[in-house]
Amino acid sequence: MAQILEVKALTKRFGGLTAVNDVSFAVNEKEILSVIGPNGAGKSTLFKLISSFLSPTSGEVTFKGERISNQSPHIAARKGVVRTFQETTIFRNMSVRDNVIVAHQLRARASLLGFFLGSAEARRDEARFAESADEILSFLGLDGIGGEFARNLPHGHLRALGIAIGLATKPTLLLLDEPFAGMNHDETMKAVSMVRKLRERGLTVLLVEHDMQAVMKISDRIVVLNFGEKIAEGTPSEIQNNQRVIEAYLGVEDEAIGL
Amino acid sequence: MTKKLAGLIVFLITVFIVVPWLISVTGRTDLYYVFTSVALLSIASAGVWLTFYIGRINIGQGAYALMGGYVSAILIMYYGWSFWWTLPVAGMFCAVASILIGIPILRLRGVYFAMVTLILTEVMRLLALAVPITNGAKGITSIPPPGPLSIFGFVLVPDFATLQNPRIAFYYLSAVLMIICFALMYRLVHSRIGHICMSLQQNEELASSIGVNIAALRVMAYAISSFLGGLAGAVFIGATQSIYPSSFTVTDSVNFMLNCFLGGLGYVFGPMLGTLVLYLGWNLLFSTGEYQLLIYSAAMIVLMLVLPNGLLSLGAKRKD
Repeated sequence: MAQILEVKALTKRFGGLTAVNDVSFAVNEKEILSVIGPNGAGKSTLFKLISSFLSPTSGEVTFKGERISNQSPHIAARKGVVRTFQETTIFRNMSVRDNVIVAHQLRARASLLGFFLGSAEARRDEARFAESADEILSFLGLDGIGGEFARNLPHGHLRALGIAIGLATKPTLLLLDEPFAGMNHDETMKAVSMVRKLRERGLTVLLVEHDMQAVMKISDRIVVLNFGEKIAEGTPSEIQNNQRVIEAYLGVEDEAIGL
Repeated sequence: MTKKLAGLIVFLITVFIVVPWLISVTGRTDLYYVFTSVALLSIASAGVWLTFYIGRINIGQGAYALMGGYVSAILIMYYGWSFWWTLPVAGMFCAVASILIGIPILRLRGVYFAMVTLILTEVMRLLALAVPITNGAKGITSIPPPGPLSIFGFVLVPDFATLQNPRIAFYYLSAVLMIICFALMYRLVHSRIGHICMSLQQNEELASSIGVNIAALRVMAYAISSFLGGLAGAVFIGATQSIYPSSFTVTDSVNFMLNCFLGGLGYVFGPMLGTLVLYLGWNLLFSTGEYQLLIYSAAMIVLMLVLPNGLLSLGAKRKD
């Protein structure tokens, strides 16, 4: 399998605090890779560095050989690396369907002027976006609530909407920010199968997550961070038996890592 | 669709036939100046409204109205330009200036952006006082009325100096410009660009994660906004034939913003209605003398409490 995303010696310092320290790993095409670690391990920072929401102090992130770190988020998105947010980050005062339609911006062939003048190209774009939005909504089980205001959705649907917005950009690599946070067992199982379906669509998935059970179930490989450093990398069974990982999670070890 | 068309026809008849007819029947020709002002101020307010639409509180439109006014006045008086040519040039000048100013300040959000724009108006007034070409506090006066506007020898608009009542001409000019501006604005907001602007207003981070170049879009919206401010300012000095550093002040900037609030931030025609109601309201309260500002402010506060989404929310169906 080809490596599509490479994280090379990535370091991020906030003043005296080193949030991410010399972390390197690669993501293979069509794999589900999870980044885990105790609270404050630097997961969120790493996530923002990869999606270009933060610039690294040193090191770089490349996607298909092109540097995507030290850019703007919209540049990373254009290259095919798109992040989702936790549930509150949606376009609240737009309908669910409009949320997804507007997120198709990267796939527009018409220029902004074309959209203003209503050119033929722009009208074709609009029609394609609407069709694609409906497909994505039904893929994620959101059909039927397309007309609702996004702000009125319950939690579970909000998270699905976040992923729908991400899918609308037609990413190669989708970054999921704690997709299982705050879910009960049944909801987590549904979400796990949904993430698998994302891979079946041809996506590569990198997720940052707390929920160990879900991570062990879903991941092809896992990267473990602790105090900003990578302490382990491997398949779920390798990680479960890794002494350094067990130490890092000491105190909650047995149940937390599903032993 | 037919309802919209009917609304448009009623509006056009009101602006171009009913208002002039009422004025000629009542003999209140001074009202032409009032409605000219309303039309021009609503153009400037439409610009402010657009910056609201991308999620920025703009209290600096007075700066661009003043800048546009001076550009027009200087070009006419010192360089002998035709009034008509100064209009697009004044607008473009303001748009370019706003791009230079906007690139650094549009990164600010909420009250911080609002404060900087508020200061911008004051900076522009002080600048007009200080630089030689604006002629300081004495301003630029006796600006000649617009000459004829002709295309390929066909006279579209006659020389204003030859008209019996140039006030009527300014009224028609301002009304036409206002209608064009709002028609274009309506199109903009209801096209995909409007939806992207809306996404920016709702959540900038999410908008950038879906590939929208939020910095460029913010600057574009601000440039359009300032173009409208400059255009309105340029026509204004044509109508008043003079410009001073105090022609547009912080109070005007605040009023442009209030016009948007009052009309409704969710409606393209909000700033137009807001300007009409506020301008007429302020003038009607003139007879209350020293209590004018007190009554006006109290009424504004009450209106904002009762109708937080603006006057137009009265007519709109509740969506949820």
